Amino acid sequence: MARVELRALAKSFGAVPVLSGIDLDIADGEFLTLIGPSGCGKSTLIRMIAGLEPQTSGSISIGGVSIDHLRPHERRVAMVFQSYALYPHMSVFSNIALPLTMQRLSLWERLPLIKLLSSRRRRVMPEIAREVRAIAEQLQIEHLLDRRPARLSGGQRQRVALGRAMVRHPDVFLMDEPLSNLDAKLRVHMRTELAELHQRLKTTFIYVTHDQVEAMTMSDRVAMMDAGRILQLGTPTELYERPINIKVASFIGSPAINLLKAKVGHDGYIELMDRRLTLQTPLEPGADVTLGIRPEAMFPASSEEIRTGRASLPASLRRKENLGSEFILHFDVAGPASVVARVPAGPVVQAVNGSVELSFDVAACHIFNEQGERIEPNPLDSCELSRPRTLVASGGGV
Amino acid sequence: MAATAISSAEAGLPQGRANRQALVEKLVGMGFAFPAFLLLLVIIITPLIVLFYLSLTDYELGALDFRSVGLGNFQKAMSDPVFRRSLWNTVLYVSIVLPGAVGLGLLVAVLVHSRKRTRSFYEMIYFLPVTSTLIAMATVWQVLLHPRLGPINAFLRQIGIGEVAFLSDPSLALPTIAVIGIWQLVGFNMVLFLAGLSAIPKDLYEAAEIDGCANGIDRFLTITWPLLGPTTMFVIITTSITAFKVFDTVAVMTRGGPAGASEVLLYAVYLEGFQYFHTAYAAALTIIFLVFILIFSVIQTFVIDRRVHY
Repeated sequence: MARVELRALAKSFGAVPVLSGIDLDIADGEFLTLIGPSGCGKSTLIRMIAGLEPQTSGSISIGGVSIDHLRPHERRVAMVFQSYALYPHMSVFSNIALPLTMQRLSLWERLPLIKLLSSRRRRVMPEIAREVRAIAEQLQIEHLLDRRPARLSGGQRQRVALGRAMVRHPDVFLMDEPLSNLDAKLRVHMRTELAELHQRLKTTFIYVTHDQVEAMTMSDRVAMMDAGRILQLGTPTELYERPINIKVASFIGSPAINLLKAKVGHDGYIELMDRRLTLQTPLEPGADVTLGIRPEAMFPASSEEIRTGRASLPASLRRKENLGSEFILHFDVAGPASVVARVPAGPVVQAVNGSVELSFDVAACHIFNEQGERIEPNPLDSCELSRPRTLVASGGGV
Repeated sequence: MAATAISSAEAGLPQGRANRQALVEKLVGMGFAFPAFLLLLVIIITPLIVLFYLSLTDYELGALDFRSVGLGNFQKAMSDPVFRRSLWNTVLYVSIVLPGAVGLGLLVAVLVHSRKRTRSFYEMIYFLPVTSTLIAMATVWQVLLHPRLGPINAFLRQIGIGEVAFLSDPSLALPTIAVIGIWQLVGFNMVLFLAGLSAIPKDLYEAAEIDGCANGIDRFLTITWPLLGPTTMFVIITTSITAFKVFDTVAVMTRGGPAGASEVLLYAVYLEGFQYFHTAYAAALTIIFLVFILIFSVIQTFVIDRRVHY
């Protein structure tokens, strides 16, 4: 069982705190991603779990046993580095075999020349070779075993680094932005491979990235970090659908969520660009709020199409991006602000030009208060819903 | 037929222009290279030819005429016990200085490299001997090692070992000079090794630590030493050449004595050429010296550049 528990973990470099109050339980076999902007402390955190960086306070345990006092190689973790950190002077075979030779042979049995005298080494080495070959076969790099890392492509190096991590059968895999040195196409491919590898090995993965797509596609759970703290921990769906603050909302999702300034009207309903929305909040009337609307929740529409539960705002098209199956539409709205909509390709998108009404589902709006924290809207009363035209009443109220 | 004639006539003009352009480019290139070539000719190639020519004669400084003796000077050198001793002493000197200066340079570099705040301080301290003038430093060492007046012997007397005649004991003179040679070279080698160490990515040490290289010896054998290969080869060659050229310390401190115990190759050349005025013989000895240097350079070009790269 490789359940990883972090308790009140903190780290500071001199007087500068980098991480504070990190509490995290990672279940056995879970794929957990640490995501956040650069400098948020995610790499420091994974390096602390690996034992490369001592924590200032708090404790780390794996499988219920504290590992705070253990050296990196005693922690039964394996790490894949962003740079792969392959040993350039060793063949692929020796790179993968190194963790095993270090583990199973004594210093004398590894020394140049002197090692040739050891009979135990002659027994152990074929075993190691067999295991290395088995791993290489899994990763489909058997044909590269004699090569030096310099003669491998980025994707092949990535596999060798994975092989070196897998060969020890660690309790926990630590991955520090392993895909960021690959080109876009290979990154997508390796993403799938990593996810499949995780399914096959059923080992705990802790994965660091700044790429929200990687976090969303591979993880069981995601921990979004910022300024040395965990802002939100949850499944990718939870982070996407219920971000607890503006930072999480704007970091997760591509294109980024649209953030629009709005106000709370005198009756508690939110007013966006002088239009009253069927969103009531417990906030004081007159308070400033920010509305977050995902690009895919927005749709250019004629006013006839605006139905119950939808609202709209006037916008003028600035640019269309054709992605084949869908379009990214950039609009200017009053404010001034810009709004992005993501719309499936079709005749409606083709027709969009100049000024339009941008329709959006009110229920899909995220409301954030002045501090940027998520506010849940009051549940709408049923009579409110039964009065159709007030939902998009324009210019009302003020 | 007519068609081909026309086409070749058409092609003729641009062809000629291209030729002229190539010629102009060639001339310009040669013009740029000429000053450097002239300098090379005047200060290296001509003296080498003169040296080689002189080594085949019996010329003595100030002599009015001389004649060719063929390879006589080289035959004489091979059977000359003084020269053979100086050659042997030089080899001995190199065999002490080379491991000493390379090993210590590496050790100091590894230690200094792990310092953070004090690193530049130590770098400066160890590099100081390199910046000093060796002739002046040799005089200082002479005073330090003086049997009666030197602080080193005063210290040895204090702790009960007694006086050691570092420079006048035939069995100690050469090793003592070798130690001073090491002292002078360690700083330079340290800087070269430090550059090599800085080029090793930190990631590799971290990966090695996770993979089980728990102690300094493992890390050194797995990462540092193999990755310092190119640097080490370079340091070995430059140290060999520098050690082979030992002269200043011998000239100032022992004058080849006692009883020729510290006579080295360049000192023998100096004696023959500028004390006994056997210019032609000194030229022959210089040729032999250059052959040794050439061997080291060839090793550098062929072994280093081929093997230790990945």
